[in-house]
Parts: sequence; structure tokens; C-alpha cells
Amino acid sequence: MIIVKDLYKSFGEAHILKGISATFEKGKTNLIIGASGSGKTVFIKCLLGLFPYEKGCISYDGKIFSDLTENQKRDLRAEIGMLFQGGALFDSMTIAENVMFPLRMFTKQSKSEMEDRVNIVLKRVNLAEAHNKMPSEASGGMQKRVAIARAIVNNPKYLFCDEPNSGLDPKTAIVIDNLIQEITDEYQIITVINSHDMNSVMEIGETIIFLKDGYKAWEGSKETIFKTDNEAVTNFVYSSNLMKKVRQMYIEERQ
Amino acid sequence: MNYLHNIGKYFLMIKEMFRKPTKWSVMKHLILKDIDDLIISSLGIVAFIAFFVGGVVTIQTALNISNPLIPKYLVGFATRQSIILEFAPTFISIIMAGKVGSFITSSIGTMRVTEQIDALEVMGINSLNYLVFPKVIALMLYPFAISIAIFLGIVGGMAACVYGGFTTLEDYINGVQLDFVPFHLTYAFIKTFVFAFLLATIPSFHGYYMKGGALEVGKASTTSFVWTSVMIILLNYILTQMLLS
Repeated sequence: MIIVKDLYKSFGEAHILKGISATFEKGKTNLIIGASGSGKTVFIKCLLGLFPYEKGCISYDGKIFSDLTENQKRDLRAEIGMLFQGGALFDSMTIAENVMFPLRMFTKQSKSEMEDRVNIVLKRVNLAEAHNKMPSEASGGMQKRVAIARAIVNNPKYLFCDEPNSGLDPKTAIVIDNLIQEITDEYQIITVINSHDMNSVMEIGETIIFLKDGYKAWEGSKETIFKTDNEAVTNFVYSSNLMKKVRQMYIEERQ
Repeated sequence: MNYLHNIGKYFLMIKEMFRKPTKWSVMKHLILKDIDDLIISSLGIVAFIAFFVGGVVTIQTALNISNPLIPKYLVGFATRQSIILEFAPTFISIIMAGKVGSFITSSIGTMRVTEQIDALEVMGINSLNYLVFPKVIALMLYPFAISIAIFLGIVGGMAACVYGGFTTLEDYINGVQLDFVPFHLTYAFIKTFVFAFLLATIPSFHGYYMKGGALEVGKASTTSFVWTSVMIILLNYILTQMLLS
């Protein structure tokens, strides 16, 4: 379980996170949603230790992140998988080499063991035939799937995804969403997704945290988000006519 | 104030580069790849420039010796001295600041823009050690390129001298062998090692700490070339003062 308590982060005079608390549970897809500039990416980067925070506490299964030594942080990071917005695949490596990279860095497996593991995860993300392609030869959806394969190849306990659907067509976006949810369930990992894609929210949001201007404005799930009358959430989630109709239909159906 | 900040940041980067080393089995491949990218792929341009500039130095020297009392073999002597002392270590290093330096800045800068460096950090890898250290080690072979430049510069001078009819081959070779001071080669290689370190670290600094997008990668490459050249020229002066005077 990841527990965040009262997290504050500023850049100079700009206060980005203002006392955010949250709990992310094992085997669940946790979504952080909010408008651009609400602090989602900063929040996720604080969780990963990429940004130092001024105040608050982050604990990974009881281990307080700020109390860890550099070596302990390194060990913890070896248990984290991250899917970046643009994939962040290494340009100079083939798809198979990209996926094998965490194994080469953190394990003492033989080459054949690593190749076997790479084959398994690439098959899992439906990219069994793409081993020798370079990232530049892969489509956006393929790059995201390779990035997911790289993130899960070392059996992580925690998976972080920064806007996994950005730049993808709706069909591919659903494939990625479902893949993340299946992997979360299958490997029983803690998944934290930063998104403003409403399809993702409705499809896979087992826990949803809504950030507004650096505050946690609401917390719930894909079921409760339909019923909430929190004005900040409804203004954001149901800003389009289509989403308003979806909500109306959902409420009528329940009545 | 900003300059002081950046100088401090540069030295902290160097300190950080030696911390938390990457696994040797991975590092070995990175070093070999950087030797190929930075040294082997530069040999062609180094050889071409060295040969022809050696020829030009010889022609200029020969044309400017108008006094009949000055022996012709001094053309070879002057060419050798110019090439060993300044042309090969300094002039070639400035060209390498353009070729190798902009390659390093743009490749690391692109990794920064596309979050590849963040990906390394999230995995718990010391990205400075992973990215910069192999380049420093690879460029420790830079004196090998400079040795070739010295040899081809003198050969280029010889070709220009003989085929241009300025002196005989015998006079040129006598000049090249005249009053040879082995310490001058030591001086040239000490400079080369220092410049190699600058060539690896200054462009890496500009790439690693750049902010922005593709346009800023281009700007960072230009800035890194300017600063690498400035530092090469400045340290060339200091080292010459220290070692030769």
C-alpha cells in the first residue's frame, strides 16, 4: 500500500501541491484526474522521488521514502515500473533491448533467461513479432505497449502511468486501459495513473482522486463519480454534452 | 551570478558522475559504443583536416621565408613545431568541439526532452554515471586521434613542400628531425587529455541540464560549442604558460 500524507510542493513562489493525502491499494487501478496545471504530474513525480517535496510523508508498504538511504531508494526504485507520457523508450536500442534493460541493470539472470522473460512480456502486450524493430519504427500505440512491457518486465510492486492514453486513437486507448487493468489484477500491483481521459476514468477508475489547484477536491470511484454533486468534479468530468448525457442516462437507469 | 551557479553545478555534476557506478557488464558496452561514436567516427575528418592544414602551414612558411640566408630545411622544422605544439592538440580539439560536442549535447538533450533521463532515474540508475562517464572514458583515447593528426599533418606538409617545389624531400625531413625536444610531445598529450575531459563534460552538462523542447536542444548544442571552445582556448593559454615557460 502507498500512503501519502499532507504533501506540499512548491516551485519558488508557485505552490503546486497543498496538503494532498491519499491511499493507493494493492491490485487496484488508482486514477489521479484534474485539469491541466492542477498538479497531477508534479504529484506523481513527487511519489517517484523525481521532485523533492517540502512537507508531508510518502510511505511504500511501511517504508517512509524520505527516511531511506540512497541504496534503499535504489532498491525501492527497482520495484517501481513507470510508463511515461511519451513512452520514453531508449532510441538507440531495439524494442527487445528496451524491454530487457531493467533486467540487465538489476538482475543477475543469464542472457537466455532474460530473453525468455522478454518474450513472455512482449507476448503479454501483443508484440511478440516486434523484437528487432527500433522504437522509431513503432506506432504510438506500439510504443506505449513496449513501455508497459518494460515497466512490468522486472515484476514491479508499483506501476505509475503518466497519461497513458495521450496521443492515441480511442480504440488503442481502450486497449492500453484494459491492458493496464489486466496487468494490475494479474500481478497484484499498485497502479497509479495520471489521466484526464474520461474513458479511462469510467473504464478502469477503481479509486479516483480529483485534484484542483493543488488541493484534493474529491475522492471516489467510477461508480460514485456518476452520483457526486461535487461542483468541481461535475464541472470537469461532465463539461461536454456527451458526458452530461451519459451521466443523465446512468442516473435514470439506476432510478 | 548565473555563471557562478553554473560553474558550481558543473563541478557537482562531475562529482555525481563518479557516484553509484553502473554495472560493469552494461558499462563495457556503453564505453565501446562511445569509442565508436566519438573517436572512430571522427578519424576521417581529423585525418582530412590534419593533412591539408599541414600542407597549408608548410606553404605559408615557405612563402614567407624570403631571406636567402635562412636555410630551406627550416620549413620542415616550423611545420613540425606548429603541428605538434598547437595545430594538432588545440585546433583539432576546437573542430572536435563542433563535431563531437554538438553530438553529445544533442543526444543527451534529446534524452532529456523525451523523458528518457527521467526513465533512468525512476529505475534507480545514476543517469550521470550512465550517460557521461562512458564518454569521459571513451575520450581518453582521444590522444590516439591526435597522434594520427600529428603524423598526417607532417606528411601533408611534406607532400605540399615536395610537390609544390618549395624544398627538397631531404631538406624537409632534415628540418623535421632538427632539434627535436621530446617534452613537446608530452606537452601536446597533456593538453590533449585535458581537452578530452572538457570535450566530454561541457557538452554533457549543456545537454543534461537543458530545459524545453527541440528548439532548445539546438540552442544548447550551439552554447555547448561556444563554451567548450572558450574553455579549450583558455586552458591552452594556462597550460602553455605552466608547462613551457
